[in-house]
Amino acid sequence: MWDYTDKVKDLYKHPQNVGTIENADAVGEVGSIVCGDALTLYLKIEDNIIKDAKFQTFGCGSAIASSSALTKMIIGRTVEEAEKITNRDIVDYLGGLPEQKMHCSVMGREALEKALADWRGEEVASHEDTEGEVICQCFGVTDPLIRKVIRENSLTTVEDVTNYTKAGGACGSCIHKIEDILNEELKKQPVAAGVAAKAEKRPLSNIKRMQLVEETISDVVRPILQKDGGNIELVDIDGKKVMVALRGACANCPVSDVTLKNLVQEKLREFVEDDIEVIEVR
Amino acid sequence: MNRTVYLDNNATTMVDPEVLDAMLPFLKDRYGNPSSMHDFGGDVARDVERARMQVAELLGAENDYEIVFTGCGTESDNFAILGTLAYYRDRRHIITSKVEHPAVLNLYRKLEREGYRASYVPVDRDGNLDMEFLKKSFDDDTAIVSIMHANNETGVIFPVEEIGALCRERGVPFHIDGVQAAGKIPIDVGNLRCDLYSISGHKFHAPKGMGVLYIRRGTRIRPLMYGGHQERGRRPGTENVPGIVAMGKAAELAQKNLPAEERVRALRDKLEGGILSRFSNVQLNGAKDARVPNTTNVGFEYIEGEAILLYLSEKGIAASSGSACSSGSLEPSHVLRAMGVPFTAAHGSIRFSLSRFTTMEEVDYTISVLPGIIDRLLEISPFWDSEAKRCRPVTI
Repeated sequence: MWDYTDKVKDLYKHPQNVGTIENADAVGEVGSIVCGDALTLYLKIEDNIIKDAKFQTFGCGSAIASSSALTKMIIGRTVEEAEKITNRDIVDYLGGLPEQKMHCSVMGREALEKALADWRGEEVASHEDTEGEVICQCFGVTDPLIRKVIRENSLTTVEDVTNYTKAGGACGSCIHKIEDILNEELKKQPVAAGVAAKAEKRPLSNIKRMQLVEETISDVVRPILQKDGGNIELVDIDGKKVMVALRGACANCPVSDVTLKNLVQEKLREFVEDDIEVIEVR
Repeated sequence: MNRTVYLDNNATTMVDPEVLDAMLPFLKDRYGNPSSMHDFGGDVARDVERARMQVAELLGAENDYEIVFTGCGTESDNFAILGTLAYYRDRRHIITSKVEHPAVLNLYRKLEREGYRASYVPVDRDGNLDMEFLKKSFDDDTAIVSIMHANNETGVIFPVEEIGALCRERGVPFHIDGVQAAGKIPIDVGNLRCDLYSISGHKFHAPKGMGVLYIRRGTRIRPLMYGGHQERGRRPGTENVPGIVAMGKAAELAQKNLPAEERVRALRDKLEGGILSRFSNVQLNGAKDARVPNTTNVGFEYIEGEAILLYLSEKGIAASSGSACSSGSLEPSHVLRAMGVPFTAAHGSIRFSLSRFTTMEEVDYTISVLPGIIDRLLEISPFWDSEAKRCRPVTI
């Protein structure tokens, strides 16, 4: 038995906005009967405002609830507002979904995207078109969709990608492709690049190490210190020795050496290399 | 209807009140260890031995020592297969079917990764085994054939007697996973000519946590665990006495109530007929005739199984589904896929499994609430035109 929230239960028991809209201004269709879930979204749009939304869903309880939630979230909104809705927003509206059911929320967002593209008169993307390479043949999941979901939900593992998009969940033959996409996406995020590089267990070149140290200090360490009115300056890097100076509130903090070891050194070891040593210079 | 209408008896069953009464003393005053020298424990050993005879009776075993008590059906399956392979170390080929329970299927996949060659016998659209494929699968290297007596999802009964004869001719050990047959159809391990037969207590009104492996006299098998002398060293560990006594009583009652399975069959047929005649978007999964009497598996097209189960549960009815969503995997049931059931129906498959405690009233109630549920879900489905009462063109 799934651990559905009361909101999810309420919405699959009593789904709202079920049906079709005759002469709809926009229609978005996703999924297929083979995949095990499908959603068709109908929109009535006047003066750039979504006046009405209706849906039909083939799927499990959480798919019905996600679809119904989506319609409730967009009615009365402008097109621009609706465009900003992510699958995360649908999940939040429902008070959460089981990990393995996250793809239901992604399906909702996808249908909305297609409906709005339809309204603008753009070519509606279907599974096999030029919108991008189909990575998962079993469920017809494309490269751009996987990338988008990784970015919007900060996914880090193949299992996450499967839970959110279903890609890789059947025959498993595309898992290596998903890994490649995941690595590429992670590299685009500076800090995560360190994680990826570390995962590969390749020795870092001096240049690469300096770059990662700089990024980790500016993207991870400094924001944490700044919250408490402190700051940090990178003074020098000599091999695996990193010389830093604590500034602001940290400079006079009685526990600054704890900060140094537990935060700065810890983070650098996590994101750059296991044996980084941090030395404080004044 | 206030209480739960329980139509999921292939998943587990209620403990028969008589079984509960039989086991309770062993959870209270009679807590002795059957291995002890004193009468307080030794007397308990007699109850364990009576349970062994009761199970032997249910299976048609010639000798009570051919019955070994285990912890569950999965353990019995694993013991049978791994124990046989541990004896025949030089044989590296194993045979089973594509529609086995995960207790066998996942073990075979693990063995394949360890270097065994495995043959998986396919089934036809009705779920019947491809016997020609099976016959051709044997070779000099075959260590074991493991086939289920009846399928848990469809209830289809396999020709295990014929398979037993084939194995006997070729000198290959034969294991039957009889978990879904015990208590539903007569079992006679003599006629079946199997060497090993697994059953699970909670599928026929004993509590969970009890299994049995029948090991024909003279069968070569090594234990899974090493320890004390219990179960003649084949399954060491202090006996689960209350569970064993309960299993014995449940076996006795199952044997006694076998004729009542005809009543279960009539109820099942009424439920099945009521469903098949009422809806245009439904089909039966599995052969109609060669089936255990308590099971029906129907596929509703254009709607999804988990949603049906949730709506049924709202109405107090417990059933199960082979849909992808309800299992947590993303693919529908491996059994229905092996049968070639189209995705349109596999996703919407529902299994109703009855027991001797199922009543006519419960069946009538289920038939009466189903239309509301199915029609509502069809209304929500994008593949169904509710006004025209037919499916929309489906792009697959």
